[in-house]
Amino acid sequence: MEFGRMGIRFRKNRFMLGLAMPMILFVLVFSYVPMFGAIVAFKRYKFNEGILGSEWIGMTNFKFLFQTPDLWRIVRNTLGYNALFIALDLVFSVLVALLLFELTSRKWLKLYQTVMFFPYFLSWVVVAYMVYAFLNPRSGMLNQLFEWFGWPSINWYTEPGPWTAIFPIANLWKQIGFSAIIYYAGLVGIDQSYFEAARIDGAGRWRIMTKISLPFLYPVISILTILAVGHIFEADFGLFYQLPMNSPVLLPTTDVIDTFIYRTLTQMGNIGVSAAVGLVKSVVGLAMVVAVNLLVRRMNPDNALF
Amino acid sequence: MLKARAVRFDWAKIGIHTFFILLSLVFIVPLWAIAAISLSSETKLVKAGYSLIPRPLDFTAYQYILKNPLVILDSYRVTAVMSFAGALLSLLLIATCAYALARKDFAYRKAITYFLFFTMLFNGGLVPYYILMTKYFHVQNTYAGLILPVLGGVFYVFLMRTFFSQLPESIVESAIIDGAGEARIFFSIIIPLSKPVLATVGLIKLLTYWNSWFQALLFISDKEKYPLQYLLQVMLQNIEEITKQMNYMPTDYEALSAMPTESVRMAMAVLAVGPMLFVFPFFQSYFAKGLTVGAVKE
Repeated sequence: MEFGRMGIRFRKNRFMLGLAMPMILFVLVFSYVPMFGAIVAFKRYKFNEGILGSEWIGMTNFKFLFQTPDLWRIVRNTLGYNALFIALDLVFSVLVALLLFELTSRKWLKLYQTVMFFPYFLSWVVVAYMVYAFLNPRSGMLNQLFEWFGWPSINWYTEPGPWTAIFPIANLWKQIGFSAIIYYAGLVGIDQSYFEAARIDGAGRWRIMTKISLPFLYPVISILTILAVGHIFEADFGLFYQLPMNSPVLLPTTDVIDTFIYRTLTQMGNIGVSAAVGLVKSVVGLAMVVAVNLLVRRMNPDNALF
Repeated sequence: MLKARAVRFDWAKIGIHTFFILLSLVFIVPLWAIAAISLSSETKLVKAGYSLIPRPLDFTAYQYILKNPLVILDSYRVTAVMSFAGALLSLLLIATCAYALARKDFAYRKAITYFLFFTMLFNGGLVPYYILMTKYFHVQNTYAGLILPVLGGVFYVFLMRTFFSQLPESIVESAIIDGAGEARIFFSIIIPLSKPVLATVGLIKLLTYWNSWFQALLFISDKEKYPLQYLLQVMLQNIEEITKQMNYMPTDYEALSAMPTESVRMAMAVLAVGPMLFVFPFFQSYFAKGLTVGAVKE
């Protein structure tokens, strides 16, 4: 009886199941299989023995990981940069959105938006070229400028210090157009009658901006920020890999979790440790997103992700 | 009185425009710099450094690339095949699944949604994926290696499902009454009605592929299979690579040293960004729409 009903249910849904099946299989093979493959973090991986055949060594890879001095460095860099990115992106894109909202001419609005939005569609490789045009120690434009001011020129690709500023600037440059559009969309959604009422009451531009426009953005701001915090352990690999052009001297300020995973996998061939970092990152990341989601749901259930 | 207001200088407005014009320069100058360097003569670049004004204009770099166009044509071809095949396959995967999930009478939609959604929260990491792809699927130096890692996208399934579920249910109902089969409903009614969302997702995927290099970094070592972005990366990090790439045949040392490496490199970047920058303004609204629709809720 039960079985028969299941059969009918299956037949009724056969076509839809068929439509969904390619995606289900794709996700099964390329997302779920690697999840189980993550057990390689507990093994001494040998290429010819495969994941299942390699020897089980328990927590050895993790012990090694927690002893390496690199661990503190990559966690500090990842969290530090991401926190800085979140703060800068928030302040500047809200500011830009508020100012864009002040523009009355659609033509100029569109132009400014387009100009600020296009870097979002460039790859980090191309951005690395632009950065190189400025930072090339011999012919770069920044050192020429320094020379003009009479300052000593800097060998940017061997000097770790300045990168703590270069990354935030580059990231903001690439991201701000996109974030500003999101906040701008939030401003456009505000009921016009609030502004009219304020103007009738004699409120000036500044007052309207800070007392009406900005408060209306608070929900969007808090949601986007909280979600970003949920992903704080995820470094943008392209940014940290492409811009410093793989210069090993720069690692103290350029090494993040994701570049470390890549490097241990491909250059040091330490597959077990690389997998261990990846697994820790995924588990912590999952915990962060779930925690953040709980927080959002407590504040406003409609904004929760799940 | 009206007249007086029109003449009055609006200082705030001038301030805002000044701010945006200066800000726009911040975005344009880097792009301008690349183009300017690519149009400068090599001797000037070596002697005086990069400059925002290429004087005199010098097209040697482009002539150089056009004389040995094989490399860039190869990588253009690889990028084009990868991008169009990848975007099309992605659309197919995404749209079919999204439609099934949008149908309220589909019994397994909840289960499948959870199954897909979990992959947005958790993944096995790079290493198991790398082993799966190289040891078990042997994707090294194949188009599969370039296409599979970027294929599909659970986020876009949910985005498209939201769109499909906003279509009036009566369309499907009346089509069933008229005797249309499910396949017919999907392909000749739903798909034509969904052109905007298909275009948005298709363009985003196309662009993602066009800009992708990470799969190539992992899986591609054969120079003839380098996608454009990866070729650029190799050229930037390894200046000798340019001479190697441009001269398949070993030539005499004189010719090698005469190679305008700095400007050629930037010219390659211009040729890689060019098409996209040209197309971008036309599709900007699609991108903005697709990226800001964050409705991923069930």
